[in-house]
Amino acid sequence: MSTTETTASGIGPVEGAPGYSVENPAPVIEAPRKRTKKTPKSTRGNFEMYGWLFMRLSGVVLVVLVLGHLLIQLVLDGGVSKVGFAFVAGRWASPWWQVWDLLMLWLAMLHGCNGLRTVINDYAERANTRLWLKALLYTATVWTILLGTLVIFTFDPNIR
Amino acid sequence: MATPVLDKEEAAGKPEPGFADSPYITVTFRVRRFNPEVSAEATWEDFQLEIDPKERVLDGLHKIKWDLDGTLTFRRSCAHGICGSDAMRINGKNRLACKTLIKDINPEKPITVEPIKGLTVLKDLVVDMDPFFQAYRDVMPFLVTKDTNEPTRERLQSAEDRARFDDTTKCILCAACTSSCPVFWNDGQYFGPAAIVNAHRFIFDSRDEAGEQRLEILNDKDGVWRCRTTFNCTDACPRGIEVTKAIAEVKRALITRRF
Repeated sequence: MSTTETTASGIGPVEGAPGYSVENPAPVIEAPRKRTKKTPKSTRGNFEMYGWLFMRLSGVVLVVLVLGHLLIQLVLDGGVSKVGFAFVAGRWASPWWQVWDLLMLWLAMLHGCNGLRTVINDYAERANTRLWLKALLYTATVWTILLGTLVIFTFDPNIR
Repeated sequence: MATPVLDKEEAAGKPEPGFADSPYITVTFRVRRFNPEVSAEATWEDFQLEIDPKERVLDGLHKIKWDLDGTLTFRRSCAHGICGSDAMRINGKNRLACKTLIKDINPEKPITVEPIKGLTVLKDLVVDMDPFFQAYRDVMPFLVTKDTNEPTRERLQSAEDRARFDDTTKCILCAACTSSCPVFWNDGQYFGPAAIVNAHRFIFDSRDEAGEQRLEILNDKDGVWRCRTTFNCTDACPRGIEVTKAIAEVKRALITRRF
């Protein structure tokens, strides 16, 4: 940024950063991720709408599933002290609780994943930060869902 | 209305010693200054002025510019709340300087005046409005009809049809709502409340025929679904438009047209 005229501006003493003048102004204070004629690229499809609807619907279902889960695990019938291998094995012998837990796992993970996705979209400014945070998020989500589903379906109560 | 009206004329108009019935009080204006031709840093600068508490913040800024420091830069045009030029962040809240009375914003403490957030600051209180107007243009804010005939008479509309979108016709494009939106602060790619309000004005107009097209535009990744319903926009609107409600109506129209 070297101009031929490197003396300070002639409009009085310059505090802080010398060298800025009418010919050599400082960079203006930019807003992150500005809209221009070319951005954002228009997207066809209803993904965001379905995402928004899914958050509301899964939220309602999760209130029942999670509160029911907490009640059974922590409050009813002796509270948390009853929870052990035998208790889990007993519950998962019934398809009802298998479906309950599977539904809760999938809905909670997808609900949380979509929520964090919007948080990243709202707060991460740089394209690279967004990319890496979302990659990490999706990896963790897929991994947890797969692992949980595998355990629910292949759980063996006679394991040694 | 966005600005709460406090009735404290007795407190504000306290006479000073020696000036038994002077309405003037001493107010400190703490203005966010930025001049790229002097420094890369934005700084706060305090100005003390004698002002009638029944005057507006804009009058205070005028006093500063005309009597104290001519380099203070801000936008204003009509100065009566219609042109929408002088939206700024006063005491941490987006308002029009020309509609905010000194007595309504606690003149005992310094009154902070900043440029609106989320847009590039060019100098002092002047921001680059181009991204804001780009979002406005992107929702096609004009009447679209399919008939190729030149209009030969008025396009008539019932009073009920007109009332459907009355609220959103009041927008003056001051950007107070959009620049109060926390989603817009970090991601200016979001259309922002003002653009959605102006799309709403045509989507729900019975004479207009491009509602479907506008809904499709707002169904975008950066469209209405990014609204987090924080109601900052409704609080900020100097025209009292129920902005968040308008956004919710667009969301509902998008969902009901699908199902």
